[in-house]
Amino acid sequence: MTGKRVVVTGLAAITPLGNDLATSWENLVAGKSGIGPITHFDASEYTSRIAGEVKGFDPEKYMPAKQAKRMDRFVQFAVATGKMLVEHSGLVIDDANAHRVGVLLGVGLGGLETIEVFHSKLVESGPNRVSPFMIPMLISNMAPGQVSIFTGAKGPNLVTTSACASGQHAIGYAYTDIFMGRCDAVITGGVEATITPMGVSGFTALKALSTANNDDPAKASRPFDNDRDGFVIGEGSGFLMLESLESAQARGATIYAEVVGYGASGDAYHMTAPHEDGLGMAQAMRAAIDEAGIRPEDVDHINAHATSTHLNDLCETKAIKKVFGDHARNIRITANKSMTGHLLGAAGGMEGVFSVMALHTGIIPGTINRDTPDPECDLNYMTGGSEKYQPEYVLCNSFGFGGTNCCMLYKRWKG
Amino acid sequence: MSVEEKISKIIIDQLGVSAEEVKPEASFVEDLGADSLDLTELIMAMEEEFGIEIDDDDAQKILKVQDAIAYIKNKQ
Repeated sequence: MTGKRVVVTGLAAITPLGNDLATSWENLVAGKSGIGPITHFDASEYTSRIAGEVKGFDPEKYMPAKQAKRMDRFVQFAVATGKMLVEHSGLVIDDANAHRVGVLLGVGLGGLETIEVFHSKLVESGPNRVSPFMIPMLISNMAPGQVSIFTGAKGPNLVTTSACASGQHAIGYAYTDIFMGRCDAVITGGVEATITPMGVSGFTALKALSTANNDDPAKASRPFDNDRDGFVIGEGSGFLMLESLESAQARGATIYAEVVGYGASGDAYHMTAPHEDGLGMAQAMRAAIDEAGIRPEDVDHINAHATSTHLNDLCETKAIKKVFGDHARNIRITANKSMTGHLLGAAGGMEGVFSVMALHTGIIPGTINRDTPDPECDLNYMTGGSEKYQPEYVLCNSFGFGGTNCCMLYKRWKG
Repeated sequence: MSVEEKISKIIIDQLGVSAEEVKPEASFVEDLGADSLDLTELIMAMEEEFGIEIDDDDAQKILKVQDAIAYIKNKQ
């Protein structure tokens, strides 16, 4: 089946490494950690007391105080990132094209903080003291809703929710909408802000979070390392402007990469554990490669999901070996979460942005903290730091609870 | 704080307006930019501040800053 070619014409992010893309990328390439002690609430009673927090974010730089007050933090991130993205892309959204510009974002959990605040209010003061803003603040699709209000984009407007693959699925469907000719451009990616008492306690109860390095936060996220003991919760966003090649060329836009494949699968296996042989992960990677019509040997960089949990990193390694065979050892695999922590529903968005940056700049960021290699994780994880290397194809992986797997394949754009 | 000062503070806080804009004759919707959700929350904030219940029929009649002041003073 042939459809429209889809390219990336804009990028934006707010991450634990910086409140814009340029700062985040610079710190990522420099191998700096964005992880520190939790400051959003008193975490002294928690067994995991560290996080990849976004630092010093000022919503009023992007929106009036009154509007900011009516938004959960994840929606504030979405509006700020959406505005930065539209500016970066140079796309003018006006009466002529607004209905052809969609907003499709991934959100894993939504407004946990809002739920916590108003649940306390409900318990303390009764049912007549809950704000009329509670529901509009907490629903996950308020992120694309508010982005459309602030940017004027009037095309399809929705969220995808698939746990830690939410952002990746959003990009997949945005790509599909353009491929099918439903939209000319889509603001897409992921956003999340759940470093809250419920978020941290819930993931702690699952034994998913790192607890061994509370006193040395920068060391806590250690994908593929033998001493990894869970992921570090993070927050932030990563948005891409996807656009049909026709639309991008017609307006002379800068093209950062081409989107050439999307693959998704379900494990049909366990609520939280990935399939022990990485079968679902492998199936999704293969589907993306098949859709692009390339050979596995053509992929030279993988932006791995690499959460720093025992099972994910092991199963992802197995899956990569299954898909790529001997070529697996030639692939430069990077784990952005070693520096940012796990942005949950925003992870696929942020990592998609960094995947495209690797194609655009010819620099592959390294992985930090793999000090004692896990013998079962024995591929090239870029532990020697960032490298000047021009990849041709980047596979970006996201996997989530529920056994959901999603991979996007980006191709270098040679203008 | 007087009733006027307390109400003024609530309005500034809820509607994100400046103190100068909160004049007695100012209309919440037309002058201070409130929408229906803002009005609901404004009434709730006043109920909480003054420890009273404002029923819906009464709330519908509170259109301007001075209406709120008069209503609260009357209730106290």
